[in-house]
Amino acid sequence: MTILSLSKALNEGMRKAMEDDPKVLIMGEDVGKLGGVFRVTDGLQKDFGEDRVIDTPLAESGIIGTAIGLALRGYRPVCEIQFDGFVFPAADQIITQLAKMPMRSLGAIKLPVVVRIPCGGGIGAVEHHSESPEAYFTHTAGLRVVACSNPADAYTMIQQAIRSDDPVIFFEPKRRYWEKADIDTSSTDWWPPLHAAKVVRPGSDATLLAYGPMVKTCLEAAKAAEDDGRSLEVVDLRSLNPLDEPVVMDSVRRTGRVVVVHEAPVNSGFGAELAARITEQCFYNLESPVLRVGGFSTPYPPSRLEEHYLPDLDRVLDAVDRALGY
Amino acid sequence: MTAEASRGASAPPELVQLLTPEGERVEHPDYDIDLTDEEVRSLYRDLVLVRRIDLEAVALQRQGELGIWASLLGQEAAQIGSGRALTDADMAFPTYREHGVAWCRDVDPVKLLGLFRGVNHGGWDPEEHNFHLYTIVIGSQTLHAVGYAMGIQRDDANAATIAYFGDGATSQGDVNESFIWASVFNAPIVFFCQNNQWAISEPLEKQTRIPLYRRASGFGFPGIRVDGNDVFACLAVTRKALEAARTGQGPTLIEAFTYRMGAHTTTDDPTRYRVASELEAWKLKDPIERVRSYLFKNEHADQAFFDSVDAEADQLGADLRRRCLAMPDPEPLDIFDHVYREPHALIDQERAQFAAYLEGFAQ
Ligand SMILES: Cc1ncc(C[n+]2csc(CCOP(=O)(O)OP(=O)(O)O)c2C)c(N)n1
Repeated sequence: MTILSLSKALNEGMRKAMEDDPKVLIMGEDVGKLGGVFRVTDGLQKDFGEDRVIDTPLAESGIIGTAIGLALRGYRPVCEIQFDGFVFPAADQIITQLAKMPMRSLGAIKLPVVVRIPCGGGIGAVEHHSESPEAYFTHTAGLRVVACSNPADAYTMIQQAIRSDDPVIFFEPKRRYWEKADIDTSSTDWWPPLHAAKVVRPGSDATLLAYGPMVKTCLEAAKAAEDDGRSLEVVDLRSLNPLDEPVVMDSVRRTGRVVVVHEAPVNSGFGAELAARITEQCFYNLESPVLRVGGFSTPYPPSRLEEHYLPDLDRVLDAVDRALGY
Repeated sequence: MTAEASRGASAPPELVQLLTPEGERVEHPDYDIDLTDEEVRSLYRDLVLVRRIDLEAVALQRQGELGIWASLLGQEAAQIGSGRALTDADMAFPTYREHGVAWCRDVDPVKLLGLFRGVNHGGWDPEEHNFHLYTIVIGSQTLHAVGYAMGIQRDDANAATIAYFGDGATSQGDVNESFIWASVFNAPIVFFCQNNQWAISEPLEKQTRIPLYRRASGFGFPGIRVDGNDVFACLAVTRKALEAARTGQGPTLIEAFTYRMGAHTTTDDPTRYRVASELEAWKLKDPIERVRSYLFKNEHADQAFFDSVDAEADQLGADLRRRCLAMPDPEPLDIFDHVYREPHALIDQERAQFAAYLEGFAQ
């Protein structure tokens, strides 16, 4: 067992993937000598060389577009987008090319490209550095969209994403980069599949559905609720596309009440997708409407206001109260 | 737009030419080429057959068999010249108009029709032909070509890529990013811009104030303008640029100065934006006629040869028509195929639901 922070777990996972497969490449802005602005690729260029850890020009469309070309040539590029708000210049290549090209070829080609995006707020950053753009990508067929929430998952999921023959959008909760956990790096026995959701805390009164940075918030909320005699179940979705519906619906059927929590604006967010699916499949099991807690329908605010924008324990528990009040 | 600036974009081109519009062979100090009579006849055959494929496709569209078609009329020499410069190991990244290059890469012409008939989004295996899929989004493929070239570099392979795009595409960010990438990584790539003077209705002056080939110098690699209606010159210039790419000398931008004689696509109406005299002037520079008169004048081919090529074209056209009409609609459940390589629960669920729904009609 080794104690690793989430960022180091990603680093170790990528290192392992690069050792296992010489076709794996890392590319992005500042990923080489600097090791990325969050140091997630720290030391990889030193050990694998500039041909495998590629410092690119500063152009996101170029990063994804050339990664597609490298993948067509048999490589497995792992692209780093420096911050969530800067994925939009690459959106065209991701949506019109990366997601659709394999289907365009009737399956003749594969594009094993991973797009890593540090996402979410809570680090006091300036504009465009705290966003949660996942819904843009879950809406795009042809992409797999996953979000890790803790070091152990980060370590396994990044390796699984790199091994996948489909393009994967990989969200990393930037405010959790420094959190640590014990990880068994010697065995793969404990690895759940990339698209498996996990019940990370069992409970019986209501289900909290979360992913990425909000999983920890929900666990804390569940712990606080326990003191009030409430038993909350927390499900870490881990994968948004595809969604592990059996695990989600099973939890909903047991508790009958659901609160979805994410940082992205509630309006047209991924929570809307969850609410609709749950309503379709568990209508008669529900004791209350599916409630959503998330960002407002505003741009991400200046950092002095972000504590109000981001869901916290109180907002989660307030929603739980409402759910239980029906 | 000042008159001076607009002249800058379309100034009388300083271009490499090896065959005049009258079919006279001319020499060029840097780009001469030795072609046997047999090779010239073969290029002529390519030009004629490709034009025939194109004409047949336009006719098929008119008859409702294709939803739309992007004609290459007038651009045959640029495509055949550059396409024949490629070796088997080179990889081509086309737009939606590169039917002539597809021909050089042995893609069955009927496969080109699938996209335009609406039965698929491009149904050939790119690796089988080293000819990538058609790209509809303007400029996107140039980045894929550079990435692929970076892969060639890493594989230490004796190959290059060629990226095709139009004059309109040079305004796109992706094309400019691809120039930067290619230059910075010294990638083995040739950028082949077919400047056909128009981006749908927008003339070249709406894209640039300088001749396009000069853009390259700002990115740090050579640019050259070639007579895009001269198949010899296109072949010679592309061959040299590809060789430079393969031998570690980095990218080249080729601007093939040509003209789109047809409409942009079958849905376009060029009479709204361009004058007839322009087309008449370019007809005199027809890429096929000049090779024909060269062959004829120099007695490198006789009437029997021309007749046999025409007969072959007729047959190719008829065959293409027959096979186009025989192209069936896909099955409804094909919608769900190939979206992902690996199993995907949501796709499986929706496929099953839709299959059950369709079953309902069967009963
Ligand atoms: C990004 C994008 N914007 C707009 C279009 C619609 N469109 C299709 S072709 C075209 C003009 C392209 O001109 P050019 O690059 O010169 O190529 P040509 O067709 O003339 O060979 C436009 C605007 C598109 N396909 N992609």
